[in-house]
Amino acid sequence: MSAAPTQTRSFTIGMLLYDTRYRALTIQVVALAGFMLLAAWLVANTVQNLETLGKGVNLTFLGQPASYDINQRLIEYTSRSTHLRAAFVGLLNTLLVAVLGCALATVLGIIIGVLRLSRNWLVARMMTVYIEGFRNVPVLLWIVFLMTILIETLPKPAAFRGDNPEAAMVLGDSVAITNRGVYIPEPLFHRSLGDIDVFGAFYVSIDLLALLAALAAGIAASVAVKRRANRIQAEKGDRPATWHLRTALVVLPPLILLLLLGFHLGRPELKGFNFTGGIHMRNSLIALWLALSLYTAAFIAEIVRAGILAVSKGQSEAAFSLGLRPRRTMSLIILPQALRIIIPPLISQFLNLTKNSSLAIAVGYMDLTGTLGGITLNQTGRELECILLMMLVYLSISLGISAFMNWYNDRVKLKER
Amino acid sequence: MPQTAFARTEILAPKPAPRVEVGVVGWVSKNLFGGWLNTLLTIVSVYLVAAALIAVIPWMIQSSWTAQSLNECRDQIAQMYGEGVNGACWSVIRERYLQLFYGFYPSDGYWRPNLALVLMLVALSPVLFTSVPRKLLWFSAVYPFLAYWLLWGGSIWFPASIIGGLALGYGVLVAAARRFGFLAGFICGALATLIWLFYLGGPVAGAVHQVVPIGIEAVESARFGGFMLSTTIGVTGIACSLPLGILLALGRKSDLLIVKSLCVGFIEFIRGVPLITLLFVASTLLNIFLPPGTNFDLILRVVIMVTLFSAAYIAEVVRGGLAGLPSGQYEAADALGLDYWRSMRLVVLPQALKISIPGIVSTFIGLFKDTTLVSIIGLLDPLGLTNTIRADAAWNGVVWELYAFVAALFFIFCFAMSRYSMYLERKLQTEHR
Repeated sequence: MSAAPTQTRSFTIGMLLYDTRYRALTIQVVALAGFMLLAAWLVANTVQNLETLGKGVNLTFLGQPASYDINQRLIEYTSRSTHLRAAFVGLLNTLLVAVLGCALATVLGIIIGVLRLSRNWLVARMMTVYIEGFRNVPVLLWIVFLMTILIETLPKPAAFRGDNPEAAMVLGDSVAITNRGVYIPEPLFHRSLGDIDVFGAFYVSIDLLALLAALAAGIAASVAVKRRANRIQAEKGDRPATWHLRTALVVLPPLILLLLLGFHLGRPELKGFNFTGGIHMRNSLIALWLALSLYTAAFIAEIVRAGILAVSKGQSEAAFSLGLRPRRTMSLIILPQALRIIIPPLISQFLNLTKNSSLAIAVGYMDLTGTLGGITLNQTGRELECILLMMLVYLSISLGISAFMNWYNDRVKLKER
Repeated sequence: MPQTAFARTEILAPKPAPRVEVGVVGWVSKNLFGGWLNTLLTIVSVYLVAAALIAVIPWMIQSSWTAQSLNECRDQIAQMYGEGVNGACWSVIRERYLQLFYGFYPSDGYWRPNLALVLMLVALSPVLFTSVPRKLLWFSAVYPFLAYWLLWGGSIWFPASIIGGLALGYGVLVAAARRFGFLAGFICGALATLIWLFYLGGPVAGAVHQVVPIGIEAVESARFGGFMLSTTIGVTGIACSLPLGILLALGRKSDLLIVKSLCVGFIEFIRGVPLITLLFVASTLLNIFLPPGTNFDLILRVVIMVTLFSAAYIAEVVRGGLAGLPSGQYEAADALGLDYWRSMRLVVLPQALKISIPGIVSTFIGLFKDTTLVSIIGLLDPLGLTNTIRADAAWNGVVWELYAFVAALFFIFCFAMSRYSMYLERKLQTEHR
């Protein structure tokens, strides 16, 4: 009577592969080991290669003078500044074009998306042509194309000279559009409060901070008024009219502050062969900004259209039958539902725009890729450090934005019970 | 029942609708001039369209097709249409279109990329259209090696040896799987293939080539350019990134913690950085990461990076498809007793991929458009070639014509792809709405 029950069969090596209890563990261990081996192999190769080239990994080059010039910049920078500062100027330029681009792309995208749903046949077709045209041609082509348009078709600064000039400034002689860029008025203050020196690295205008503070205070007060109105509505059933008070609370404090500071605009003026004064937006910035905005607007338009179409008609009919007025139907019923669909892909378009801004290198706009990944890399020959740092910065921007997106999604998503 | 005197007993013949509500007039008044806002929009858009057409059409028509240089172009236009007329110089396209298509590929070898393109359509047909005989799938499997041989040339025995290696691996897999089970067989097959590819394949192919020399002239990568280069990078990237992306998506959905975190890390890293930084990695860093002395082709390096890039995006699209599938499908597959790979292959993936088709195709379109970025790292794609053409003294200053031509071709490719995806969506639509 040999009774060898199979249940007590001891552990064999084959069970690591064929027993589902252990297989998951085996696969993970193998995957981890494979990954470690790959990483170790790459690192070992890198160390060996760098030794052969005679350069170790270090970041001291960031402290050395950059000795190249950046013509479009938001903060103080000279060619004697360090590579680190050049990279920072580049980062600010990236953020500048990203913020400008996102704003313009959103506005254009909403207008185009709504117009594409228009009952007007011609307008709807035109918008379809716009969307398909921009979506199906590479953004890099649009960037260089717009750059060419700006350089080839706009008047030279010299054309503004003389008693009977060929070109004239627009918007009441305050904006000059030339083939060297656009000159716009700059904000100046008679009684400026001065600048704060932050770590000796850059200056922040106290005027700007004061304005932001005034605006923030106004918005906070306005929100408080809204809360009070909500409370009164909940108690008495009647909502007091608050829009004039709220508008005044937001608009007036910054306006009063501007008057107190003696705000005026410094207009660009033609001196000799070029314009001086005002803010000079170079062609590279304008071309990049417009191309990215027009391109991304085509995608945003489709997102907006899908969002509007996705809110079913029954929702607005239900709101009307509850007695809500059209404006409140829009703000309380339609928009919250459409935005829930629109916002996540919209933010990922913003992310794409920010990443596409790295194509600035094609038109010579000095963004992060142009400074840290461009001239600094070529001058110092530190390709490993430069490229990895650049990737790290872009990665942090992207992860920051997507963290915000996840937070937002969690907040607005349908709570299913 | 009381008689209702006012009820009509016969039916009136239907009257035609009012003239202003039917036909062309009705359509126009409803769609173009209904309400003041609508009318205003119509007038504004007619103005815009007319302005654009008036600016562009004469420029396109009053053009020169036969000149040898930009100056000659301007002379011809002035002669034909009068002084001061601004016309397009299409001569540059006429003279250089072959370069825009093929780059610096040897001109007696243009039949090779052409043939590769035609064969690609043949190889794609059984994948794209279900009515084509299934036997053609064999050709689709062999096609990548054939295309490589046609484009780069050299001895036919090298791509053949790679096919041989894969066949050997498959043979070992089948034989070993019969004795030791599938997983062990798979490992044996993979090992056999790797050994063949790294140690035996090259020498064997070289030896066979000594005996039976079959080959065509080798073309080095530096001579690739134009739309041929875009298509090569784009199609290879698309073909390789789809399976990789699906695997990454499955990894991201998997219960295995380590596999999952590796996949998430990879996807988020790739999606967080711009493609241009990855191309910089391809052009400058990849040689540092690989063993000393490795120096392989720039196009290959770019293809690897582009593949990894779009695989991460495909993975996210497929993950969306996997998440969009009701969990009942997963549970039903488990209840049938299917193992993981069978349940994925037979039940989950066909449905999930169907949902993700629009996303996958738009990723592909994006990838194809992104191939223009290689001009920044010095490859001669159509956009890079426009600079090369302008560097020629005869064509210095030609801008619009080149950009218009390149943009038009990209538009045709990408628009066709997006239309195909709509067709596919409709064809695979099995739900009733």
